[in-house]
Formats: sequence, C-alpha cells, structure tokens
Amino acid sequence: MPKLSNLSYKNQRILIIFLFSLVPLLLLLTFSYLPVFKMFQYSFTSWDGLSKKMEYVGLENYKTIFTKPEYFSVFKVSLYYFFATFVQMGLALYFATILSFNVRMKNWFKGILFFPTLLNGVAIGFIFLFFFKPEGTLNTLLDLLGLGAWQQKWLLNPHLINISLAFASVWRYMGMNFIIFLGAISSIGSDIYEASEIDGANRWHQFRHIIIPSIKRILQLNLILAVSGAIGVFEIPYVMTGGSNGSSTFVIQTVDVAFKYSKLGLASAMAVLLLGIVILVTILQRVLIKEEK
Amino acid sequence: MHTFKYTAASFFKYLTLLLGALVALIPIVVVLFASLKTNAEYASTGPLTLPENWLNFSNYTKAFVDGKMLLGFKNTIIIVVISIAGATLTGSMMAYILSRFKFRGSKLMMGAFLLATLIPGVTTQVATFQIINSLELFNTRWAPILMYLGTDIIAVYIFMQFLDSISESLDESAMLDGASYWTIYWRIILPLLSPAIVTVIIVKGVNIYNDFYTPFLYMPKSDLQVVSTALFKFKGPYGSQWEVICAAIMIAIIPTLVAFVSLQKYIYNGFAQGSVK
Repeated sequence: MPKLSNLSYKNQRILIIFLFSLVPLLLLLTFSYLPVFKMFQYSFTSWDGLSKKMEYVGLENYKTIFTKPEYFSVFKVSLYYFFATFVQMGLALYFATILSFNVRMKNWFKGILFFPTLLNGVAIGFIFLFFFKPEGTLNTLLDLLGLGAWQQKWLLNPHLINISLAFASVWRYMGMNFIIFLGAISSIGSDIYEASEIDGANRWHQFRHIIIPSIKRILQLNLILAVSGAIGVFEIPYVMTGGSNGSSTFVIQTVDVAFKYSKLGLASAMAVLLLGIVILVTILQRVLIKEEK
Repeated sequence: MHTFKYTAASFFKYLTLLLGALVALIPIVVVLFASLKTNAEYASTGPLTLPENWLNFSNYTKAFVDGKMLLGFKNTIIIVVISIAGATLTGSMMAYILSRFKFRGSKLMMGAFLLATLIPGVTTQVATFQIINSLELFNTRWAPILMYLGTDIIAVYIFMQFLDSISESLDESAMLDGASYWTIYWRIILPLLSPAIVTVIIVKGVNIYNDFYTPFLYMPKSDLQVVSTALFKFKGPYGSQWEVICAAIMIAIIPTLVAFVSLQKYIYNGFAQGSVK
C-alpha cells in the first residue's frame, strides 16, 4: 500500500473521494441506470432476447398491452392486494397502538406478530399452500369450530383464490408495518399522554388526537406505497399457484413474457409501464407530503 | 359500571392480541406438526393433530439429503458473507466521503443514489438480465452478489445518519497527529460505526437470505442453489409428500428463528432504522 500520509491533505482528499466513490458509482450505473435505459430501448423493439438484430416496432408493444385484455386484466388482480394493504395497515396500527401501552407479555406479543415478516418468501408460499389445501389447516380449523359449512376450496375457486393469496400477503407483511408504527409511536413523549390524561382524555381520544397526527406522514407514505406494492406482487402467488387460475400478477406476467415466451420487447414495455406507475405514485406522495408541511 | 367497562375493554384487548398471535403462529405450528409425522401418520391424521413422536426427524434427514439443503446453505452463506462485507465497505466509504467532504458533484451523487431508490428492482429485471448475461456472470455466484451490492442505498443512508452523530473534532484531532484520511476512516470511523454496521448486516442479511427471484433468475444451475431455490424445488417432485416438504420448510425457517431469538433487540432497531427512509 503506498503511503497516503505522504501526500498533502488536499491531494489525499481528491484521491479518497475518487477511490471511495468509484465502486459504488460503477455498481449504481451498471445495475440501476443502465437497465432503465436498456429497458426503454428494448420496449420499442420486437427483440426475443437472443437474435443478433433488434427490430424497431415503435409503440406496437404498448398498444398490445393496452388493447389485449389478457395483458391488462392482471391489474384487476392488483386491486385485491391493494385493498389487502388497508386491512394490513389497520391491523398493524391497532396492534402497534395497544402494544405501546401497558400490556402483559408485551415482548412476547411483539415478537410473535413481527416474526412472520422475517421468514423466507418461498417458505411462506409453502406454508400457505398447506394452510389452504382442501384438507389443510384452514378447513380443519373451521370444522373444529363447528363452521364446517364454511369450508372452501380456497385456491381452486377462482372467486376466492386472490382473496386467499392476499390474506397470505397480509400475514407476511403486517409485522413490517407493525414494527414501523411501533417505532413511530414510541417516539411520542410520554408527557403528552400524561397531560392529556389530566385533561380527561381516554384511550380513543389519545389515539385520535395524539397518535394519528404524529404518525400521519408514515401512514401516508405507507398508503401510497401500497399502490406500487400491489402492482409489484410476485413471490407469494408465483410460489403458490404459478399465476394459474386467474391469480397472475403484473410481475409474474412480465417474467413469463420475457423468459418463458422470449418476448423481451413486450416484457420491457410492461416493465416501463410498471416503472411509470411507481414514479407517478412517488411524485404524488411527495406532493401530498409537501402540502402537509 | 366504570370497572365493568374497563374490564370489558381489557378483555377485548387481550382477546385480539391472542387472536393475532394465533393467526401468526398456527400456519407455522401446523407445518412443524406435519414435519414430525410419518407418512402413514400424515395420511391418517388432520393437520391440527399432534405428532405421535416428537423426535421423529426422518423427514428432516430426507429433506436435507434429497433437497441438497447443505449445498443451499453453503451457497447462501457465501453470497451473504461476500455481499454484506462488500455492502458494508462500499456503503460506509460512500457515506464517509459524502458526509465529511464538501465537493463538487457530491449533491449529484447523493441525488443519483436517491433517484435509484425509486426504481423498483422487479421492473428492471428483464434488462438487468441482459447486462448480467453480457458480463458473462449468468449462472455464477457473482450475479446476485453484484446485484445485492449494487442496489444497496439504504446502507448509505443508515451510515450517513450515524456519521452525523460522530463529532468531526475526532477527525480533526487525528489529522493533527498526521493520520491520513484512510487511517481516519479505517481506524476511527469504521469502528465507531459498528452499531450501524450491525443494523446493515441484519437488514441486508434478512433480505438476501429470503430473496427468491434473484437466485431463481440468475443462477438456475443446480450446483448454485441457495436456500430459497432449494426449497422451491420441492414443489414438483414431492407434491404428495407434504411431511417432507414441511420438514424442508422448517429447515429454511430454523436459522431465521435462531437469529431472531438471539438478536431480537438489534433486529427491532435495525428494521425501525432501515425502513424509515
């Protein structure tokens, strides 16, 4: 190693800035910006990913996505996950609120509610395949509770499949929202609660007028991220159903179009659309949060 | 009347907590039950029935050997260790120069990292795949390693947040002793960053261990399977042997459980810091 200390601090500075940023910037350009650029480029071609030449087709791919119902219908599936996010956040907020106050075995409950978030996505997919099987956990449980009449073929019934999958998704991600809300709520000073109690506020008043306003921004952020989250669903339906029976999501379809059917151009156009939605949502979020200030 | 209302509210509170805990646990616990049953026992009992012999690990041996889980763990560990070491180094270096030096282009760099967070990884997979392919990294461990390194911006944020709390007078006094910037970074900053490093290791470690689509897309070769892809392979051939699949699920979950129980405190902090951008 050449002796850095022999250089003047000014030269050291230049050298260290250059050396320290070289690798991160190179990685950033190669794996974040170049793919976006390439993606746009591919989206105007009919490339299959293998052949030497790419044929320029203009907006043809975009037209296909918007006119062929089999491409566009996947957005309907996203709605299930979008609504599920509200359930998920509601539950997370409820549990975070009650666990911020005095509760027996607080740490146990915290741990149990959070743990699912740490699990392997494939493992979760399998766990819920087992859970929703016709003679699986859920149906057995219903039978045990005397609700045998409610038994369903959870993953075979096209009307129920997406609700079942969205439930698995809520199970997986609720803990994440929960822990974020818990962190936000715990940053509220205890003196505010004490003062409000003197003023005669009950738990509901505290929730409504202290907790909600202090975590409003995180709440907003999560709500808006729910949109891109709902469109970006991949793992759970892919592992559990492979996208069959009307459970295919936008990302599953993109991956299939690209790697199964070798329509790279079309898949890129789909990805551009997805990116567009995410950016739109992010801008919306920035605007909304700015207005808040 | 007041006490009654209070008791009712308290009862409701514990009831919902208990229900929540059950909903979180039952899907996992039944998998544990099934994993300890023999094939005949599995076929004749319901999922909620306890296994007869709690020490029947034959499904685990079968899943571990047939699913080549050892190979999965080996590959996962290699990828996790290299990626995390690299991400910690590059992330802390980037954070160090961005927080300690004011130079032309630092705003631009920061902006470039910021903007990149807006690009969701799944959207660019198709194009990223072509890049990995043209670098001849397809079906090598370097494909996921570089991607885990390259997309890591959260680490930079966590380090920068932490660097703000380390007084710059510490750097200055070291400079009076003639220390180079490298020495300051390596000997002073990096050791002081260790709480942030723990956070980054946990957040990244969990993400990499659980990631499925990166190894699935970029390393389909069976020698390179990781825990996620090894588990995924049980889907077809073991369709009728759920007791074996359940054992495989437990094998994938147990390391997470052990890590969670032993690192609980850091994990809560890590996620609170890692997720609030």
